[in-house]
Amino acid sequence: MLDQLAQFLITGITVGAIYALVGLGFAIIYNASDVVNFAQGEFVMIGAMTAISLIAAGAPFLVALVLAALATVAIGMALEKFAVEPARGASVVTLIIITIGASIFLRGLAQLIWGKNFHAMPHFSGETPLQLGSATLLPQNLWVMGGTAVLVLVVRWFFGRTTVGKALLACSCNPTAAALMGINVRWMLLLAYGLSALLGAVAGMLVAPITFTSYDAGVMLGLKGFSAAILGGMGNSMGAVAGGLLLGILESLGAGFISSGYKDAIAFVVILLVLFFRPSGLFGRASAERV
Amino acid sequence: MSRSTGAVHASRPGASLRRGGARPHLAGLAVLALVVIALPLLFPKNYFVTVVGVTVGFHVILAVSLNLLIGYAGQISLGHAAFFGLGAYSSAILTTGYGLSPWLGMLGGMAIVFLIAGLIARPILRLKGHYLAMATLGFGIIVHIVMVQAVALTGGPDGLSGIPGLSLLGWSVKTDLHWYWVVAAVMLAVVWLSLNIVDSRTGRALRAVHGSEFAAEMMGIDTARTKARVFVLSAVLSAVAGSLFAHQQGFVSPDSFSFFVSVELVTMVVLGGMASTYGAVFGAVTLTLLKAGLVVFHDYEMVILGAILMVIMIFLPQGLFVGLARGLHLALTRRRERPAASGDGIA
Repeated sequence: MLDQLAQFLITGITVGAIYALVGLGFAIIYNASDVVNFAQGEFVMIGAMTAISLIAAGAPFLVALVLAALATVAIGMALEKFAVEPARGASVVTLIIITIGASIFLRGLAQLIWGKNFHAMPHFSGETPLQLGSATLLPQNLWVMGGTAVLVLVVRWFFGRTTVGKALLACSCNPTAAALMGINVRWMLLLAYGLSALLGAVAGMLVAPITFTSYDAGVMLGLKGFSAAILGGMGNSMGAVAGGLLLGILESLGAGFISSGYKDAIAFVVILLVLFFRPSGLFGRASAERV
Repeated sequence: MSRSTGAVHASRPGASLRRGGARPHLAGLAVLALVVIALPLLFPKNYFVTVVGVTVGFHVILAVSLNLLIGYAGQISLGHAAFFGLGAYSSAILTTGYGLSPWLGMLGGMAIVFLIAGLIARPILRLKGHYLAMATLGFGIIVHIVMVQAVALTGGPDGLSGIPGLSLLGWSVKTDLHWYWVVAAVMLAVVWLSLNIVDSRTGRALRAVHGSEFAAEMMGIDTARTKARVFVLSAVLSAVAGSLFAHQQGFVSPDSFSFFVSVELVTMVVLGGMASTYGAVFGAVTLTLLKAGLVVFHDYEMVILGAILMVIMIFLPQGLFVGLARGLHLALTRRRERPAASGDGIA
C-alpha cells in the first residue's frame, strides 16, 4: 500500500509538473491580456511533434529540441498576431470561440502533417529505471521534475527581476498606463504568447518520451492545464503551478486506488467542485469581478 | 473582467421592441416549411434529401436550441453534445435494457436531462466567461467519459445496438423518407418554438441578460431564473434530438457525443449568426451539407471548422446569415430612405 503510494506520487508529480507548465502558460497570457487561450494544449503537442520529426530527420538531439521550441514560439506569436490581435476589444465569448477555433485548426493541421498515429520520442538519458526505495522511476521522470522546477524559477526571476518581465506585468495591471510609460503593449502581448508557447513546447518535449504523443494529445493536456490555472486561482502564476501538481497527484492517486478508466474525469469533477464552491481557486483571493 | 460581455452580436434589443408583443415573423418559418415539404416530394430518391436531410434536421434542432443559450442569453456552452448524448443513451438503455416503448424512452430521456440540467443549471450559470466555458466543457467531458467507461450500462466504447425504431398509431417509421418526415416535423416545431420564445417576454429578458445582467436585474428580471430556464429548455430540446437520433440510427456510441461534436454545434451557431434562429438553421444546414457533400472535407474537417470559427468571429461576428441578410436589407432600404433601423426582419 505504502509502496504503491510512493509510486503513484512519482507518477502524479511527473504528470502534475506538465500540468503546472501548461497552467503557467495560461496564467501568463491571462495576466497579460485577460484572454484564456484555449489553444495552449496545442503548443504542447506541436513542441513534441516537431522535435520528434526533426530527430527523425536526422537533426542532433539538442538542435532538434531548440528548433522545435522556436517553431512553437513562432506559432504562439502568430496566433496572437493573426487571431487574437484583430479581435481586440471583443467580448469574452468571442475570444473564447476564436482560441477554440485556433486550437481545432492547429490540431487539424497536425493531423494532416503527422497523421493519426502515436509518435515516440527518445528518452533524454536512457531508459534504465532507477530504484527509489520500493518505487521505480525513469530518468525521464527526473528530467520532467527538474526541467519544470528550473522553468518555474526562471519565470519567477523573469517577472520579478527583469525590466521586460516587469513591463509585461505592468501591461496586465493597466495597458493604458503601461503604454504611457513607454512600454510597447503590442510587443508585450506577443512576448506573452511566445513565452507561453515556449513553456508549452518544453512541457511537451519533456513528457513525450514517457507518454508518447499524437495530434490530439494537446486537448486533454490543455484542459488539465486550464484546470490547474483555475485551481490555483486564475492569474496567480505560482497558484497555477501548485494547482497543476495537486491535480496531477489527485489524478494519479485516483487512477491507482479508484479506477484508471475514470482518471480524466477526476480532474474535471474536481474543477467543477472548485468552480461551484470556491470559484476564486484554492490560492486565489476572492474576487467578485471574476466570478 | 473589464470588457463587456454584451457586444457579441450587433442586433440590439430595440429591433424587436419595435414589434414587441406582436406575433413573431412567421414568413420565414412558412418558407422553411415549404422547402422542407417540397424537397422529398421533388426528389424522393435523392441521397442528400432523405439521408443527409435527416442529419440536417438533427443538427438544426441542436443548433437552434443551443442558439437560445449562446445567441440570445449570451451564455456559452461547450458541452452541449452531452445533453444530446444523454437523451440518446437514455432512450437506448430504457428500450433495450428495460424493454420500454421508444416513446417512453424518449420521455424518460427528457425527464433525465430535465433533472440533470435543472440540477446543474444554477451553479453552472452563476459562472461567467472562461469559467462558464470551462464548467460546461468539463461537464461534457465527464458525461463522455461515463459513456465510455460504464460498460455495464452503456456498452462502453462499442456503444449499444438493437435500439427499436418508432411507431406512430400503427405506422412504423422505417424508411429514410419516413424518418425525414418525423425529424422534419420536430425540427419545424422547434424552430417555431424558438421564434416564439425569442419574441416573448422571456425572450426580451434573455436579451436583456445578454446585454447587461446588472441592468437586467435593475429592470426587475430574475436573471438567475431566466438563465436557468433557457439552459434547461435548451438541454431538453437537445435530448429530444438525441432520442430521435438513437431510434433512427438503432445504434449509439460515445463518438457521436464527444467534445468535438460540442464544438461543431457551436460552429453552426456562430457560422449562421448568434442571436438569430434562422441563422442557426442556416449554420446547421450549411455545415452539414458541406460535410456530406465534400469528400475532401473529411480530411480537412478540423482545419475547416477551426478556420470558420476564427474567421467568422474576427471578421463577421454577427455571422454569415445575419451579415448577408442585413447587407441585403440595407441595400434595399437605402434606395427609399436612409438606413435608419438595421437588423429589422431578422428574428
